Amino acid sequence: MTVKAIINGIPIEVAEGTSILEAAKKVSIKIPALCKHPDLDHTAACGICIVRIKATGRTLRACCTPLENGMDIVTHDPEIVNVRRGIVEMIMSKHPNECVTCSRNQNCELQTMCADFNIERSDLDNIVPDLPLDETTRAVTLDPRKCISCGRCIQVCQKDQNVWALTFMERGIETRIAPAGDISLAESPCVKCGQCSAHCPTGAIVEYDEGPDVWQKLMDPELHCVVQIAPAVRVAIGEAFGFKPGTNLTGKIYAALRRMGFKAVFDTNFGADLTILEEGTEFVERFAHGKGELPLITSCCPAWVDFMEKYSAPCRRPTTPRRSRPTPRRSTWSRSCRARPKSMRSSATTT
Amino acid sequence: MPKFTPADLDAHKAKLLAATAKKAIIKVGLNTCGDAAGAQPVMAAIKEEVAKAGLDAQIVKTGCSGMCALEPLVEVSVGGAAPTQYGRVTVEAAREIVEKHVKGGRVVEAFKVPSVGEMSSEKPVPGKQYRIVLRNCGVIDPESLDEYIARDGYQATKQALTAMTPEQVISELETSGLRGRGGAGFPTFMKWKLTRASRPGEQKYIICNGDEGDPGAYMDRSVLEGDPHAVIEGMIIGGWVIGASQGIFYIRAEYPLAIERIEKAIKQARANGLLGKNILGTGFDFDCEIRLGAGAFVCGEETALIASIEGLRGTPRPRPPYPAQKGLWDQPSMVNNVETLANIAQIVLRGGAWFGAIGVGRSKGTKVFAVTGKVKVSGLIEIPMGTTLRQVVMDICGGTSSGKPIKAVQTGGPSGGLIPENLLDTPITYEDLGKLGSIMGSGGMIVMDESDNTVELSRFYLDFSVDESCGKCAPCRIGGTQMLRTIDKIVARKGTAADIAKIRRIALTMQRGSLCALGQTTPNPVLSALRYFESEWTERLVPATKK
Amino acid sequence: MAAAAGPADLATIAKKWKDKRGSLIMALHDLQGRYGYVPRDAAQELGKHLDVPLARIYEVITFYNYFKLEAPGKHIISVCMGTACYLKGAPEIIAKLSDKLGVKAGETTPDKQFHLQQVRCIGCCGLAPVVTVNEKVLAKVKAADVVDQVYACTKGA
Repeated sequence: MTVKAIINGIPIEVAEGTSILEAAKKVSIKIPALCKHPDLDHTAACGICIVRIKATGRTLRACCTPLENGMDIVTHDPEIVNVRRGIVEMIMSKHPNECVTCSRNQNCELQTMCADFNIERSDLDNIVPDLPLDETTRAVTLDPRKCISCGRCIQVCQKDQNVWALTFMERGIETRIAPAGDISLAESPCVKCGQCSAHCPTGAIVEYDEGPDVWQKLMDPELHCVVQIAPAVRVAIGEAFGFKPGTNLTGKIYAALRRMGFKAVFDTNFGADLTILEEGTEFVERFAHGKGELPLITSCCPAWVDFMEKYSAPCRRPTTPRRSRPTPRRSTWSRSCRARPKSMRSSATTT
Repeated sequence: MPKFTPADLDAHKAKLLAATAKKAIIKVGLNTCGDAAGAQPVMAAIKEEVAKAGLDAQIVKTGCSGMCALEPLVEVSVGGAAPTQYGRVTVEAAREIVEKHVKGGRVVEAFKVPSVGEMSSEKPVPGKQYRIVLRNCGVIDPESLDEYIARDGYQATKQALTAMTPEQVISELETSGLRGRGGAGFPTFMKWKLTRASRPGEQKYIICNGDEGDPGAYMDRSVLEGDPHAVIEGMIIGGWVIGASQGIFYIRAEYPLAIERIEKAIKQARANGLLGKNILGTGFDFDCEIRLGAGAFVCGEETALIASIEGLRGTPRPRPPYPAQKGLWDQPSMVNNVETLANIAQIVLRGGAWFGAIGVGRSKGTKVFAVTGKVKVSGLIEIPMGTTLRQVVMDICGGTSSGKPIKAVQTGGPSGGLIPENLLDTPITYEDLGKLGSIMGSGGMIVMDESDNTVELSRFYLDFSVDESCGKCAPCRIGGTQMLRTIDKIVARKGTAADIAKIRRIALTMQRGSLCALGQTTPNPVLSALRYFESEWTERLVPATKK
Repeated sequence: MAAAAGPADLATIAKKWKDKRGSLIMALHDLQGRYGYVPRDAAQELGKHLDVPLARIYEVITFYNYFKLEAPGKHIISVCMGTACYLKGAPEIIAKLSDKLGVKAGETTPDKQFHLQQVRCIGCCGLAPVVTVNEKVLAKVKAADVVDQVYACTKGA
């Protein structure tokens, strides 16, 4: 079933259920939207995507309104643009002005939106809430001051991942994201899957940044630093440096890492091989010699293991193997390179 | 207890009417407001005196007749004579009334009070009260099913279920012109028709919206407390028409007495075959349960209310899909306001044409208002649509309590607006109030005299809406707070003309950008104060300094 | 408001609501009815019984005004802030009580004797301004007398 409608005078026919936002894209009309993430259901939280129904003059949201037969829609007029701009200004008034020191600088959907609307100053009061940073997991960093309440993280955490670590607390202007019932993220059911940070449009949830720490360690002459790269990195990294997508850069990465000061560069494949050998041995012990429970379920993703252990009651240890992470082991390497184990520092890169 | 069949219902009614002997009847208003005013000790004193004197008197606790300012209210009728109203009755006064009036047959003039305006019970005339929704409030004991049945109770259910088709009921509603009394005024027949047509044969729900949130309106509480069976009847008929087997009362937790009375009424109806399996022997199964609100104004919005019943945060969802398509638990659902439901039985019994003849234009029937503020007689009134605001304030409620001139009347609470004195001859209709920048709303009506300040009143409403914003969408969440800060600046006499422009700009963003009616209407009280009383704002401004 | 509520109460509440869809708010009403507020441990335990994540429970508790996360004082003083009460002097009443008790609205005195709060319209506009002390309703209150009236209500309790 399809529906026929008009957007900015352009006749369009789309499958029934297509949102106005998606339909407009098909005729190359960009309706600005901030809270809507292409992979997720609409949360209808920002209101920037409003469009006007020509017949009634009413405004409604393009992200969550399906196009209906006979609709005649205007996506841009002076009032609509002013309202959109007004909303972005409001969101900015509650968002810290810390772009240059934010890890999402130049990679932030709110920053882009602000630039798109040429918002250079605003007469709205600055009402950034005073809320503490949560770095307790050392995996994701939660800065609730920067949250724009789009609801994406909550949707992925609760609905998609079924983890229920993040929630909206309070209401109205006090609404904020917080780990379940105001505890630290480390104490929460969070499994550090990173889906929240991957979907966050701003710097409210970002991956914990160990960069400064790595640089410190690299510069310490007492330390012996090694690094490993995950399999995907060798190709995925290219685009950021202007290479043609798909270019294999293993050699260049190795060279760069050595110049940075790493004493040795591993491939995660190496660690994975070791892990498989160990897991295989453990499986044989359990299966053939009855030493331990079955089944034995494994993954090299720590979030997956955490999830299984927290949420699938029968899968608590010892269902997961003693060792499932393909990171090189200090003792093994220190023997081979004759470095003191205590001076070893290992770092890993993933995409 | 017996399960009624249609024939039983009539026989029982006849028996009850015959049994009403011409003995003395003493009624004491015992709603939340009566209780608060001290009606309990008054009731006790009356019982004691009647027992002491060995009088043959029937003592009835009733709901609220509407004259809240005169509570505790006692009504006495001896030997079938027209009843006398006594107001502000103390324990001592109660004893005197029993002694002199009930026993001696002499009206005690000292405590006698006039009714709130004159009730026109025969023909509805604009400017005079006419009671459809409140017809039993303050008249019957709300905890007595018999008293309700004696006043044509459940006759409409019988009529609909045994002698009409659902389409006929919808058609009567269409003729009646009844529109939603929660505030928005959506035609009720349309809601019923759409929900009936939606996904036939599937589980459907009818929901009574008793989350009365306007901080100055209490007609829903009064109806739930004073005439619970009338609302249940509306639910049964609505459930039957749309094809629902389940009804849900969503009531504010702040209304414990209303909850208790509905609970009792549901049990009575169930025990008598008026709810549950095979209602009145017609084969129709329908039952009701109660869910409590928990203090969130936004839950009066139907999609937020549904989320709350589902045990979630009461945040509104985008419409479409409308509840008729996908409501509670994703099933077709219909949310009707208490007052809307209380009209249903009367429309079914007396016909859509009768109802449609009351009122004017596209606003039919009556509307209940809670008139408070600086008015001489505050309370609940029910008037035919088309009555003017001035008639309500001056004729029915006796003008201002202070004697000072009226400054304005506010309708629609936090979503409504101010109407200045010079426009008080406006008839009360959805359209006319809308044109003035206010709304019909759920029925709050605040009278302001010259000593009241519109800047502060609009700040009060804005503060309320900001506090009640669910926080889901940016324009309402942040816009309200920013507007409030700007008004505070003006109140502190630090604002400039630029701040007035800022308020208007924020208002437009909220009106166009907010997802639900709460956010869209939050600026209304402020905008209407700016529209009619701009000087009160500008006199607080400081002149713009040189750049 | 029993302070000595225990696990048995929780099991009863959970049993009453477990099979009803979406009954979290009703169960929380029952819980607060027993304890006077929603203690964290009790919420966690209730969540286990009802199979509702703690995250969901806190989302709900903090959204709705009615639920309290901390034990209120012995006497709860509620000042109605409906429009009629507001126009007839509720702000002065709040100020007076706040001044006398040394706490702001929404707070409990350090000795846990009084909890002062603003409430939404309780639907007694004809009697404005209205203050409730525990279950007792005070009608047409004047700021000048409110402190004495409140103390009179709580004496002996």
